[in-house]
Amino acid sequence: MKAAGLIFSNVHDASIPELTKPRTMASIPFGGRYRLIDFALSNMVNSDITTVGLITHNNYQSLLDHIGTGKDWDLARRSGGIRILPPFITSATRGDDKLYKTRLEALIGVKDYVENCGADHVIISDCNMICNIDFSDALDNHIANNADVTIITKLVNTHELKFPLDKYIKIVDYNENGEIVDYVAYDKQQGELHINTNMMIIKRSYLLDLIDEADSRGYDSFSRDVIIKNLGKHRFFAFEYDGYFNYIDSMQKYFFCSMKMLDSQKRRLVFHVKNRPVYTKVRNSAPTRYTENAKVTNSIIADGCVIDGVVENSILFRGVRVGKGTVVKNSILMQNTYTGDDVYLNCVVTDKDVTIKDGKMLSGHETLPFFIGKGITV
Amino acid sequence: MFKKKECVAMLLAGGQGSRLYALTKKVAKPAVSFGGKFRIIDFPLSNCINSGVDTVGVLTQYQPLVLNEYIGNGLPWDLDRAFGGVSILPPYQGFSGSDWYKGTANAIYQNLEFIKRYQAEYVLILSGDHIYTMDYNKMLEAHKAKGADCTIAVLEVPMEEASRFGIMSVNEDNSIFKFSEKPKNPDSNLASMGIYIFTAEKLYKYLTEDEADPNSSNDFGKNIIPTMLANGEKMFAYNFEGYWKDVGTISSLWEANMDLLGEKPVLALDGNTRIYSRHENEAPQFVGAEAVIENSSITEGCEIYGTVINSVLGYGVVVEKGAVVRDSVLMHHVTVSEGATVEYSILDSNVEVGKGAKVGRPRNEAEGITVIGAGNVVADGADIPDNQMIYSE
Repeated sequence: MKAAGLIFSNVHDASIPELTKPRTMASIPFGGRYRLIDFALSNMVNSDITTVGLITHNNYQSLLDHIGTGKDWDLARRSGGIRILPPFITSATRGDDKLYKTRLEALIGVKDYVENCGADHVIISDCNMICNIDFSDALDNHIANNADVTIITKLVNTHELKFPLDKYIKIVDYNENGEIVDYVAYDKQQGELHINTNMMIIKRSYLLDLIDEADSRGYDSFSRDVIIKNLGKHRFFAFEYDGYFNYIDSMQKYFFCSMKMLDSQKRRLVFHVKNRPVYTKVRNSAPTRYTENAKVTNSIIADGCVIDGVVENSILFRGVRVGKGTVVKNSILMQNTYTGDDVYLNCVVTDKDVTIKDGKMLSGHETLPFFIGKGITV
Repeated sequence: MFKKKECVAMLLAGGQGSRLYALTKKVAKPAVSFGGKFRIIDFPLSNCINSGVDTVGVLTQYQPLVLNEYIGNGLPWDLDRAFGGVSILPPYQGFSGSDWYKGTANAIYQNLEFIKRYQAEYVLILSGDHIYTMDYNKMLEAHKAKGADCTIAVLEVPMEEASRFGIMSVNEDNSIFKFSEKPKNPDSNLASMGIYIFTAEKLYKYLTEDEADPNSSNDFGKNIIPTMLANGEKMFAYNFEGYWKDVGTISSLWEANMDLLGEKPVLALDGNTRIYSRHENEAPQFVGAEAVIENSSITEGCEIYGTVINSVLGYGVVVEKGAVVRDSVLMHHVTVSEGATVEYSILDSNVEVGKGAKVGRPRNEAEGITVIGAGNVVADGADIPDNQMIYSE
């Protein structure tokens, strides 16, 4: 087996506290019926990577519920399949009873898993990104280069970005051979930049050495203590991904990325790539029922909804009810949101199980969507 | 190892469903698509698991490929079990010869070993032809409470339709004193739903005797039930109230699909009782900026840019700009191209309707429903009138 996968489920939790209060970054609902982790998991499965470790930190009940046995991703296997890796406090935090803080510390905690995964390479991925990537090409490239680490990069033009890059985004410079020559945190550089997608391939033997060294020397930053320190000494390569890529690091960005999926061209690049569907947990809802009063335009609608009102430019998750005379515009209504009659919503994001009673009018703005937390009744 | 099971269900799924013509050319009737994301067999299978019956034998015979594939290991219905679960039971070659299933009773007789392995006390006999949700456990409780040998689920039907069914005449305590198959002059309106619970020992006895009778047509309705009744066995009717529909004909299949629509649908599947189905991995449906959807049921993977009125659409149906679909049932992955019209029709899976083509006629003018079999292509600009049945061999 060539490669196994490792997914970080919590890394960017703090960037979007509204949605990660009851869950992990990985289990944030997206696109009508998905959770963010579905992209990372489907990318792996579609690239024939069927041994996947899922590194968790805290708050991961909803993630466990979503993943179940892994059957829906065809990852319920006798050999390999998905393995949840809860934090292993003692080794990762060196006697301190706190959970790991960085990726590198988390990797120390899963050393046993990496040792026994039976693959020569490990593909590591965050799960705050929306993309549909085939890792096979990157992996072939990684093997051909005899690379220790291959970072998957994406070319962005800062002038075209609606949201400026953040300081935690790493800029990767590489030569014509793909060898990384510079690796820095974003610092207001302008123009075309290759950003680290936080998906990378590491040779397993290299990763194990790295874990031992980090553990004994107290390293905690993957960027500073591994990549930057060894630039030019170890074999670090970049692989440019040319498909659709976006990442979520704030509520505004969540709203923006979600609404992007209403663009048929963009949606096809994510959800309708031949032989690379995005898998998710099956819920067995009935199809969506549109009544005679329904008026739906430019919207993504999941199954199990009942629509008795007007829906425009919106995303409705499974089991949403839109009452009679209700108007939903530019909004994202998550699973089992219930709107009564004559409700008016504009630029609203409701978390799961929200109830909005008859006659309520709520409006946010594109730049500041109005968020209603899980289970709240308005 | 076989864990003892109180009740084992036997689902008769070998029927051809010849009155569905084009729709059952290549699949058995229980595998015919229904309601957008279901197949007919999802109903009895889901009823089983929702009633706590977790051991089901599915008897297949006619065109079993799609059906077998669909049932698979039973996972979608939570019937992939270490003990019990779903088993497909095809006709087989035995020591003393081989035979197709001659009739419903013979099909069960040939698989008595399956029931005996689980030491079942009761056997639930089901068919894969009907759309309904029912708690079989309540029926089993009634069967046990009465100490019955056989309990038959019955439904009150309008008196004028009673002659199309097997009719039960019952005493005050619901015990059956007369059974008549499709009587000309029915004296009751309690119709058999084709759902039976037998106490296992009695079932073994009567099936074995029936098998030995060369004149028998080995059928539950024609032979087993009348013989048991004649022998004075304890037989009771169990009254079912709720939605139940035989979808054995084109028009009844169309009607049952339409029963899913409306503000308060007659057949509501979005309630608490879930009907499970094997899931296709599709993105959510997308409704375009110029789309019009009224009174319709639409499934995942659909992309609607045109007009859909009073219709039921399955997985991955595409209705292009300017296309109109009205009063129709479109099964999975049908494409209706730009400017095409589909009226009062049933289009089986993977049908492609070309640009500007016309299929069927408005419901108030049409003589009957137009049906197009799976995978057929309607050429650009073609016109297929009402009441047509189109299929390829």
